[in-house]
Amino acid sequence: MSRSRPLSPNIQIYRPQLTSVLSIANRITGVVLGLGGFGLVAWLVAAALGPQPYAAVQSAFISWPGQVLLVGFTFAFFLHLCGGIRHLVWDSGRGFELGSIYASGWAVVAASVVLTAATWVASAVLGG
Amino acid sequence: MDRERMGSPLARAIGLGSAKSGVEHWWAERVSAVALVPLTLWFVASTIAHIRSDHAGFVAWLRGFPTMVLMILLLLALFHHTALGLQVVIEDYVHSGLKLPAVVAVRLLCFAVAAAGILATLKIAWG
Repeated sequence: MSRSRPLSPNIQIYRPQLTSVLSIANRITGVVLGLGGFGLVAWLVAAALGPQPYAAVQSAFISWPGQVLLVGFTFAFFLHLCGGIRHLVWDSGRGFELGSIYASGWAVVAASVVLTAATWVASAVLGG
Repeated sequence: MDRERMGSPLARAIGLGSAKSGVEHWWAERVSAVALVPLTLWFVASTIAHIRSDHAGFVAWLRGFPTMVLMILLLLALFHHTALGLQVVIEDYVHSGLKLPAVVAVRLLCFAVAAAGILATLKIAWG
């Protein structure tokens, strides 16, 4: 361009807010969970192939990096689930007041943390 | 009639809805999302109990008829939802000639992986 024209402020100009952070988080967790779906199918296919392939996948899941990854997937799942339910409420035309937007946003964050922790506590107690 | 001929292209388009199939895509994303709420919660709840089970335990669990049905429904809804969501992500960020091939590739990949998961489930349940 020969002349520099005025541009509208782009995304990196703005201070991150709960609303914008949760919006992009919903998209990122969606992509992450898509990859998680591949992990689920790998688990199923390994089990279908026999005890040895299953044991290989299982040991990867139980290893330290595997466990960290699974905790991450669990948090991504609950964030996307709670964020998705928030979207479904918005789709019904409700919850658009500024106060409601922030209340539901923090509720999504809190619920995701609590549910992730509850899942892994339950896994340690029941699945051990 | 006059409005049809004399109005601007914008005035003629207003109120007619999407020019493409956006509404169907939007609905399919919501319907699959609603289906995934109970299915994924079931999956997480039962995985808690089976994440450390050996092959025999895992197979015994998946051979249960309700488990097999729920797993297949989960795979169908999950990869349908994934394909729809990834399509939007691609359409938002890819503006080159790669857009259409990328959307097609994601569709086919999701279909293939879902099919692999369903066939594996059926082989375990009935094999």
